[in-house]
Amino acid sequence: MAQPLIKKDDDRDDEDNYSPFLGIEKGAVLQEARVFNDPQLDARRCSQVITKLLYLLNQGETFTKVEATEVFFSVTKLFQSRDLGLRRMVYLIIKELSPSADEVIIVTSSLMKDMNSKTDMYRANAIRVLCRITDGTLLTQIERYLKQAIVDKNPVVASAALVSGIHLLQTNPEIVKRWSNEVQEAVQSRAALVQFHALALLHQIRQNDRLAVSKLVTSLTRGSVRSPLAQCLLIRYTSQVIRESGNITQSGERPFYDFLESCLRHKSEMVIFEAAKAITDLNGVTSRELTPAITVLQLFLSSSKPVLRFAAVRTLNKVAMTHPMAVTNCNIDMESLISDQNRSIATLAITTLLKTGNESSVDRLMKQITNFMSDIADEFKIVVVEAIRSLCLKFPLKYRSLMNFLSNILREEGGFDYKKAIVDSIVILIRDIPDAKESGLLHLCEFIEDCEFTYLSTQILHFLGIEGPKTLDPSKYIRYIYNRVHLENATVRASAVSTLAKFGASVDGLKPRIFVLLRRCLFDSDDEVRDRATLYLNTLGGDTEIDNDAKDFLFGSLDIPLVNLETSLKKYEPSEEAFDINLVPKEVKSQPLAEKKAPGKKPTGGLGAPPSGPPSTVDSYEKQLLSIPEFANFGKPFKSSAPVELTEAETEYAVNVVKHIFDTHVVFQYNCTNTIPEQLLEDVIVVVDASEAEEFSQVISKPLRSLPYDSPGQIFVAFEKPEGLPTSGKFSNILRFIVKEVDPTSGEAEDDGVEDEYQLEDLEVVAADYILKVGVSNFRNAWESMDPDSERVDEYGLGPREGLSEAVNTVITLLGMQPCEGTEVVPPNSRSHTCLLSGVFIGGVKVLVRLSFGLDGAKDVAMKLAVRSDDVTVSDAIHEIVASG
Amino acid sequence: MAPNGLCPSIKNILLLDSEGKRVAVKYYSDDWPTNSSKLAFEKFVFTKAVKTNARTEAEITLLENNIVVYKFVQDLHFFVTGGDDENELTLSSVLQGFFDAVTLLLRSNVDKSEALENLDLILLCLDEIVDGGIILETNGPLIAEKVTSHNMDADAPLSEQTLTQAWATARDTFTRTLLT
Repeated sequence: MAQPLIKKDDDRDDEDNYSPFLGIEKGAVLQEARVFNDPQLDARRCSQVITKLLYLLNQGETFTKVEATEVFFSVTKLFQSRDLGLRRMVYLIIKELSPSADEVIIVTSSLMKDMNSKTDMYRANAIRVLCRITDGTLLTQIERYLKQAIVDKNPVVASAALVSGIHLLQTNPEIVKRWSNEVQEAVQSRAALVQFHALALLHQIRQNDRLAVSKLVTSLTRGSVRSPLAQCLLIRYTSQVIRESGNITQSGERPFYDFLESCLRHKSEMVIFEAAKAITDLNGVTSRELTPAITVLQLFLSSSKPVLRFAAVRTLNKVAMTHPMAVTNCNIDMESLISDQNRSIATLAITTLLKTGNESSVDRLMKQITNFMSDIADEFKIVVVEAIRSLCLKFPLKYRSLMNFLSNILREEGGFDYKKAIVDSIVILIRDIPDAKESGLLHLCEFIEDCEFTYLSTQILHFLGIEGPKTLDPSKYIRYIYNRVHLENATVRASAVSTLAKFGASVDGLKPRIFVLLRRCLFDSDDEVRDRATLYLNTLGGDTEIDNDAKDFLFGSLDIPLVNLETSLKKYEPSEEAFDINLVPKEVKSQPLAEKKAPGKKPTGGLGAPPSGPPSTVDSYEKQLLSIPEFANFGKPFKSSAPVELTEAETEYAVNVVKHIFDTHVVFQYNCTNTIPEQLLEDVIVVVDASEAEEFSQVISKPLRSLPYDSPGQIFVAFEKPEGLPTSGKFSNILRFIVKEVDPTSGEAEDDGVEDEYQLEDLEVVAADYILKVGVSNFRNAWESMDPDSERVDEYGLGPREGLSEAVNTVITLLGMQPCEGTEVVPPNSRSHTCLLSGVFIGGVKVLVRLSFGLDGAKDVAMKLAVRSDDVTVSDAIHEIVASG
Repeated sequence: MAPNGLCPSIKNILLLDSEGKRVAVKYYSDDWPTNSSKLAFEKFVFTKAVKTNARTEAEITLLENNIVVYKFVQDLHFFVTGGDDENELTLSSVLQGFFDAVTLLLRSNVDKSEALENLDLILLCLDEIVDGGIILETNGPLIAEKVTSHNMDADAPLSEQTLTQAWATARDTFTRTLLT
């Protein structure tokens, strides 16, 4: 009975959305295409049919090879017509059909005729079509015409030829490169777009010739580039030249900076923005260089155009990561953007404010964020979560409101990546802020009650097993964990069983109750769950004290790289002899390339990393070092530095070094990568010259037997040094090895090798290497709990400086300590500033530093340094570092 | 399309109707190799953008590492997509050029049925704005002029022009003088 109703609806729909293509069908249109073959062509009708064909293609319809060929052949007949409108459609459909090489020949002569037509529109379009469908052989025939077209006085024709040149450069570079004289002439064209296209092509022709590009930029920055698009290109090329030249001239001026700065006053917003972006992207940009760019971006923030506001806030957001101080001036404008209609702009504004804001604004910001969190896309939410995480580490006292915020958003809807970002953040806060532990763990417990992601559930259960028993009242977590055993899938149930066992092993009082729960798991439907329960019952069983073996088994991590274990297991053949885990090599064969690709990227930890204690990389270094017998008696490493690159990027051999500091020794770990496929390096050593490091004496050098292509290896060199002192020194390094040619086809190396060496950059051990960055959550309390007698105070003149913030950063880097409570950020225009630092000195001595900076005169900076520590000699040592730095 | 170094490049231009269906689209990048991935992108962009008010000023957003600028009029939705390191203002100038040219070509009756009636003009217009990802022209009136130039080309004898064409030419010229 519903029939008539539907029909009625359909009718109305038809009226509303009348479309000339309603009910269009491929078969019928292909039939219609026969009119192309009529002896008397009806141009109007042919145009309509072509439009229909294009409509079909545009809607995603595909033609079979046969259909396409048929259409193509009949279309070629339309060149007979002199109707201009039809010809345009013919050009269009030929491009869409992208005919094969043997078909192209048929239209070539027609198109070549059009290329030489008197009609500009014919010439321009014929060039674009021909260049699109042609191959190399034909190109040589038409090259002459193309060169002419580049300097054609009609700008449309010239642009058509130049743009085609840009495309052809990818396939036939040697031909296009011959046109550079004509292209150069076109760069001087008065037509804006021709200049833009010519500049783009000229740069691509010369892009591998640094000198030529530099010359091009030099001449054009002086001259007059008319088109805004061309000017933007020029800015990009200029910043490329700046990047490659790398150094600042002796006068302290960056070459071409003046040009970029002058572009900030261009009349086109596109150019102004391009220049501002280029300046903020400069390597090691100073705050003086940044200021004019920030000023124009600030103006854009209050523009009525969303695109302009977005562009500005996105760029400022990036700047805030590296130069938060430079952006604080924009905070007022930025705050008004929080309520921007466009959510992308609002998110970027908020995360920028989170980076630049101070402690007092946190609560207000959080309130505003909560209001709009539900409106934005997941990827933006992740950005916000990450910003909040770093904010919380900066202002540990604010953990309560931030933790609340995180737990609230954890309860809302969201995808896996978003949820993982939140959970990771909570885990990091629990790890770094002891006060946040209890509440954070409970939030995680609540989350797994209703978590759809198995991966997250198991990770949280694992984390609970380690952290839960250490809390004041571990029993309250048991309920949450045991609930999982009832309600979840097998994977989660199994990890819940493991977590229960960990509670049983660590908390004696809970043991009998855990046993009851574990026994119930023996009847689980899944064998892994049953197996685990049985295993743990037996390990923990008996009424005696749980012995160390059981604890090791539950909590100890596997000290063998999993890759090695896997290879050993694969090699193992079933026989009488049992598999012996002690025979698995402990040396790490190769570091993952990913680590090398992201130098300087700090380990962020998260769930994968051990939840307490040192971050993961240090942990893995430690294992690696302990597995080398020669270093066994050095003790535990105090600190391992971040990798320092000793070679330029993209050289034959890539080497970086990690400095491991021990009580009486220093070990340099050289991570080497051979980037030449045709070479195998053998007996690789690093010859270290310590003549500028008198207090160090070399004790061990552990060479690398072979270093094949793209498989990183490590060389270790160990030095003895005075115990417990922050001894510094400079070392020069040479990589020495025997190089053997490798046959690229077989991969075999030749027998004979040649000895060779490779100069590496110098390496320094500085005072900061002896201090661990360890933050405190409440500096004042920590400071007052230290013995006032250990305090050492002195004043220093730092001489003329760029500004207060530069002076603060220099001292922080010199000491290598952790800034507390966000005091590393200097408010703009302030004349004085106090910075709080904390750290642990070699020997495990806690150190707190209070730095008071003041501007003396125009640029001179004076500093008062107060140090408290558990050991007076350490306080003195800190002063010594500053005095000699 | 091969990468063009530092030259700004457009990944696609979309003209969708009030339900997010295609009126005319043109892709210049290999990021969406199949028709279904293209449709998925269009649907994604449309649902994200349709909630916003992009009728007076062009709006902008960042989706899947692409910058999308867009503007709506009547039941037509104009989009231009570029990579996330593209100059946002360049993309918006392409959008503005496309928008202006279409407005001129449809004689200010910018809606879906008029666009479909004149689909040939819209397709030619796309062809004149971007070639293989490279911006050809961003000035709306110039783009419209290139699209319609065949109607008043001096090279072709008047006798060969149909009456309709002659009339259209006259109307075009008239509209343009009124609008510019």
